[in-house]
Amino acid sequence: MAVAKAQALVPGLFVIDADPVADREGLEKLALWALQRISPVVAADPPDGLVIDTTGADHLHGGEAVMLETMVQKFAASGVEARAAIADTWGAAHAAARFLRHQIAVIAPAETGAMLRSLPLAALRLDGETVTGLRTLGFETVGDLKDQPRAPLTLRFGPEIGRRLDQAFGVIGEPVDPIRSPELVEVRRVFGEPIGAADTIARYIGKLVDALCLELEKRGLGARRLDLLFHRVDNTMQFIRVGMAQPVRDPKRLARLLRDKIETVDPGFGIEIMVLVAIESEAMHDRQAISSLVAPSEPDVSNLVDVLANRVGGHRLYRFTPVQSDVPERSVARVAALSPETGATWEGDWPRPPRLLARPEPVETMALLPDNPPVWFTWRGIRRRVRRADGPERIRGEWWKRDAEMTTVRDYFRVEDETGERYWLFRSGDGEHEDSGSQKWFLHGIFA
Amino acid sequence: MADRAANPVIAQLQERIAHLESGAGRVREVLPFGLPDMDRRLPGGGLGLGCLHEIAGGGNGAVDGTAAAMFAAGIAARTRGKVLWIVTRTDLFAPALAQAGLNPDRVIHVEAGDEKALLACFEEGLRHGGLGAVVAEAAHLSMTASRRLQLAAEGSDTIGLAVRRWRRQTEAGDFGQPTASVTRWRVSVLPTAPLPVPGLGRARWLVELIRCRSGESADFEVEACDAKGCIALPSKVADRPPQKEVGRRIASA
Repeated sequence: MAVAKAQALVPGLFVIDADPVADREGLEKLALWALQRISPVVAADPPDGLVIDTTGADHLHGGEAVMLETMVQKFAASGVEARAAIADTWGAAHAAARFLRHQIAVIAPAETGAMLRSLPLAALRLDGETVTGLRTLGFETVGDLKDQPRAPLTLRFGPEIGRRLDQAFGVIGEPVDPIRSPELVEVRRVFGEPIGAADTIARYIGKLVDALCLELEKRGLGARRLDLLFHRVDNTMQFIRVGMAQPVRDPKRLARLLRDKIETVDPGFGIEIMVLVAIESEAMHDRQAISSLVAPSEPDVSNLVDVLANRVGGHRLYRFTPVQSDVPERSVARVAALSPETGATWEGDWPRPPRLLARPEPVETMALLPDNPPVWFTWRGIRRRVRRADGPERIRGEWWKRDAEMTTVRDYFRVEDETGERYWLFRSGDGEHEDSGSQKWFLHGIFA
Repeated sequence: MADRAANPVIAQLQERIAHLESGAGRVREVLPFGLPDMDRRLPGGGLGLGCLHEIAGGGNGAVDGTAAAMFAAGIAARTRGKVLWIVTRTDLFAPALAQAGLNPDRVIHVEAGDEKALLACFEEGLRHGGLGAVVAEAAHLSMTASRRLQLAAEGSDTIGLAVRRWRRQTEAGDFGQPTASVTRWRVSVLPTAPLPVPGLGRARWLVELIRCRSGESADFEVEACDAKGCIALPSKVADRPPQKEVGRRIASA
């Protein structure tokens, strides 16, 4: 649509000139952001996209769907409306992100072909002229085109159609050329003969880490996140990414973390270039260690935390910390394993069960109202007679959090059955007032 | 133990065996329970520090593992330094650990996802050497895996506590399989004695020492961990002799 026509349709339309150079710069900035947070292989896909190779990185973000969701949310928070898709090939992901109805799409490997076939021709990253030409010939979807013999199409439109089809369906590879920022500390090693054995890779990791640590020391930095990229002879890339809880410049520790992950690398026909980059680094200064002759110093566990975090994922390593709330499930929060120690603990002398059920499970009971413990209860199909009980411990709803909790009450009882097993039961409601809860009984935890 | 050591030949032999068993030939540190009746049954007078110990629950405890976890928490609370607590699924309620003497600042929790990762993290924790104790809630523990863990613990003098916990009651028979752990415990809950007032007293456990390397099995009836992680003997056993003596003194006066 021409600007004059748009202005005629919408009075007072504000017109801004397109600025492809600034767009491109903005895209590069976004790519750098994604490089530091999501995966080591990120490239701008102009004019309007980012391409990220997340192979082996998604589990660190809680799975593919969760990763996409958080990514889109973070973009939205900074004012960028984004659509995201994960698929086997760059071509398929490019098409899914732009032409599927959902804002977030995770395409399973088996579904890639079917998904692509149903999309319009424009999804193939062909130029406008070719698409118009193909439409004139009666092609509507990618599936129509895929079923045609290639030779006549190539004769008429050139080799581009065949290449794009093969790229989208994964017949030929399409390497991503990752962006790099000049400020990053980077060391590389080019091999005359491609290497492939795990021992050889481990040896060169040691050499690269030594060189990187020297460079970091010169700049007074410590690495928080390292990427090791392997360029293979078949023009594809493999990578290892490790994160550290605190800035580290110790070659032994860094090499250990990288070597732990060697088994995830597939060298294929050989590796010709290894690049080690400190993607995130922080200022790190040598500190005087305080040693006391009286008390033995607390051993440093940060290296163990790093090893475990890189093995199971950083979000699976945590400490619990008290939260000021009487509602049991709200009284704990997770903090990072190495966050500063507060010395805080849970207040109150009421015993708490070692096992807390994720959701309170309804139980059948018989109990005298309003404040007697149950005489018996049936949980998971087994009926238990209550021999002894303690309670009630009344916990009121937190009305400052939700309006619905204005009048709700939970009465907790500790009960012991005939075999000595102890359970934590509660009645939702105070047994007198209708508005205090459903007056049903639930089992919430198991005592020792 | 004491009377056997009185014979110099046997003492000499024991020393030689001990020298063969621990590579460096050094004296292993122990963590006593503080109950003479229990500590007497354990070689060295307590739980060995650079060793792997297995703890399982009895009855329903094989599935929920509450008593076993609290027993482990009590032992871990009495060590020095940080504690690594590894689970595959998380249903642990941290305030209960704090009530057994494990301050939340001391415990690093790891959610390992599967059994294989759990054992790898367990071994990594034991090898590190800077931790006070490593607790892992494992369902399966093979001879090979436990041997690796035991060697890792020996190298670093960190106490390893494997809380055995299964998905189903029927799988608990797995506890009969041999492993390389130094001691093997089963903790089951017992009905408590009625109080003179309505309410619940301190929980009571039946602690069975099923296997103990260079020691004999035994079982004890104890009261659950207090706020410092110490277990106690039930009052009827612990208090009887002094009570009697006091009574006699009063009577004779």
